[in-house]
Formats: sequence, structure tokens, C-alpha cells
Amino acid sequence: MDTEPSKGFPSMRLLVPVVSLVLLAALGAALIAATDQLTRKRVAENEAAQIMKVLDALLPEGGYDNSPHLDVIRLTGAELPASNAAVPVYRARRAGAPVTAILTVIAPDGYVGSIRLLVGIRVDGTISGVRALEHRETPGLGDNIELGRSDWIRLFDGRSIEDPAPAAWLTRRDGGDFDQISGATVTSRAVIAAVRDSLIYFAENRDLLFSEPVDLEVR
Amino acid sequence: MNEFRQIFLDGLWRNNPGLTQMLGICPLLAVSNTLINGLSLGIATSLVLIATSALVSLTRRWLFFELRLPMFVLIIASLVTVVELLFQAFFYELYLGLGIFVPLIVTNCLILGRAEVFASHRAWLPSAADGLAQGAGFTLVLVVLGGLREIIGRGSLLHGADMLFGRGAAALEITILPGNNGLLMVLLPPGAFLSLALLVALKNHLTGLQTARQTSKALLHADAEAAG
Repeated sequence: MDTEPSKGFPSMRLLVPVVSLVLLAALGAALIAATDQLTRKRVAENEAAQIMKVLDALLPEGGYDNSPHLDVIRLTGAELPASNAAVPVYRARRAGAPVTAILTVIAPDGYVGSIRLLVGIRVDGTISGVRALEHRETPGLGDNIELGRSDWIRLFDGRSIEDPAPAAWLTRRDGGDFDQISGATVTSRAVIAAVRDSLIYFAENRDLLFSEPVDLEVR
Repeated sequence: MNEFRQIFLDGLWRNNPGLTQMLGICPLLAVSNTLINGLSLGIATSLVLIATSALVSLTRRWLFFELRLPMFVLIIASLVTVVELLFQAFFYELYLGLGIFVPLIVTNCLILGRAEVFASHRAWLPSAADGLAQGAGFTLVLVVLGGLREIIGRGSLLHGADMLFGRGAAALEITILPGNNGLLMVLLPPGAFLSLALLVALKNHLTGLQTARQTSKALLHADAEAAG
């Protein structure tokens, strides 16, 4: 280190501000690390509670005895149609036997970007429920896929890939069996297709879905 | 004490961040769709603003003039991350609801602006008071705008109060227009711009009235003196 201010390029005049900037950054990092330490446990609890709250609505009350939000595997786009990100699948069991799998499904063709859904499928292949997790559909029209805004998403309750047949998983306008949300045909089409695809995937991979060991990296 | 009166008068009305300085308009427009959303972003922004102003003032003797912008940004970014973690721990649903706009407080020019204009050459107490006053002024606009847009757009008021005040507060929600009959446009971005424009126009109108009154009073006074 050059300590003579007049000689050499990195003079003290330049060094002091740089060191003080680095010190300030270190102080900021220390402050954040301390806050993180203090809040980490609470944040993790909040996240788990949030997931459980959503999952609970898709599971039979008292019908399972494991912790589905911890019994998770991760599916990649190559496996699950219509998604290219790794998405979690939560599994509910009773006395070790499979009850319901809750798939995270991404419908890529919403009106504004993709729609993230949770699709609960019972071991017999019927749907226990569908919920919209994340979307950017038009307020007042496409956002009627949220349960808080309309009951449309309940159309899928109890359906399976034989009820109706795969070819009839379309909106009524397209000649299928499902009412579309008025003013949001694109949104309705995207959701119906994504639910149908996840049912097909489930039918083909059911045993594998439940037997795959837990992926600890996903919470 | 007069100094503090000026500071609060400036922050809340005369030099209001949202209506006069026009700073931090992006989050202001995006989050003011309900009163509670507006209030919570206002509180988060105020917390960062008060802490930043006080810290910048306390360290102002050690700040290098040429490096002050990166130093301000470092301080602001650290404090925003702390506030974000606190929201995540104690107001988790709000944290989910406000989404990207909590981390984006870093880019709110209001905070950098107050550090530069006020806190970097004033004592820490007036600086913290300025942070509080400007934050309160910003929050006030967010709450009024959020309240108006919520009433007209959703037909309700205080929707989501439970996210901020705990479960019991869910009962605080008031339904003004029953049956989801709001004017949707007001909730969409154009409605945000139009509502803010109306508020700014109202403020300018009131300020204009005040100036006119003061001028006529001064003229009367001058007349009286001339006559006397």
C-alpha cells in the first residue's frame, strides 16, 4: 500500500473515500444480517402458514395425517406440460397411503402472461379443487378466476379426465362443456386447458408422483 | 419551535411530496387502489424516510461530497431491506399484497431528495422531523387517493384492514355500494392518473384562493394605511 500522498497513483486522497464507502457497505450488510437473524424464524413460520392455508382448502378436513407442505417434490417443465419452471407438488397422505396430490400448474397463455394455479387431484383422479395462485389478468374480468371474486373456479370441483372426456375440456363457445367467464374467454381457455393437462399428467404418472422421495430443496 | 412548524407545514401541505413536489408518483399511483394498501406503503416509506434522514444528518460530517449519492443509496438500500424483512416477519399478508413496491422504496426519489436537500446540511432532529413530515404528507395523499379510488372503484372502504391491524379488524370494512358495483376504471391505471390529477387541481385551487385572500388583505391594509 502506498502511504505517501504525493507519489504513485492510488494516493490517500483516493483511498480514504473508497475505504469509507466499503465500510459503509459493510455496516449496512451487518445491519441487514442482524435483522435477518432476528426475523428468520418468524418469516419461515409465516411462509409455511401461508402455504398451508392455501393447501388446506384443497384437502379433506381431517382426511390426512402428514404435513403436505413438507411432503414436496419438484417437477420440471419436461415432465409437467405447459410449464418450463420447476414447480412444487404437495402430497397429502393418511397412514402412509396417498390421499391427494396438489400440483402447481402454470398456464402459459393467459391474457396477460402466465397464470399460476394449484390443482388438487384425489388419488381416484377426481379434482378436489383448483385455486389461482398468481396472475395478472384484467381486474373485473379475468381476475374472476380468484375464488374471492367469483365461484367460476369451482366448476372444476369433482371433475376428472373422463368427466367430461378430454375433447370436451373447452369453453362452451368453443363447443366444450365449461362456461367461460364473460369478457374473459382467453383467461378461461388458458385455465381449462391447464387443468385438463394436469389431469392427463396425473393419470399417466400417479404412482410415480406419490412414490418419489421428498425433495428437500423445495419448501 | 417555529422551525418545526415550518417543517410540518411544508411536508403536509405547502411542499407536499405527492401534490407539489410530484416525487414518488410511481408507487403512489400503483398502490393507491385501496385505503389500506396506500396506508401501509405510506407507513413503510415514512419509516425509511425518517431513518434515512436522521442517519444522513448524523454522518454528514464524514460523507464525501463527491461520493454522497452512492453513500445515500447505500444507506437507503440497507434500511429498505431491513423494513422489508420486518414486514415479512410481522405483516406477511401485506408484504404479499404490496409485492414489488416494498423493495422499490429504494428508488423513491423522495427519500434521496430529502437526504440531498435537507438532511445533508441540517442537525439530526430537524432532519428526522422533516422525514416524518414528508412521510406523513406522502402517506396522507396515498390514504386520500386510496380511499377515494376504493369507494368509487370497489364500493367499499377499509378492505383488508385485518392485514394491517390483525384478525379482529376485518369487521372494519364498510360496504358503500353493495354488490360489487364499483366503477372499474377508477381502479385501473388511467383512473389512478385522473384521480391524482383531480387532487392536484384541488390543491392548486385552494392554494390560489389562499394567495388571493392574502393579497386582497395586504391591499386593504395598504389602503387603510394610505388613508390613515
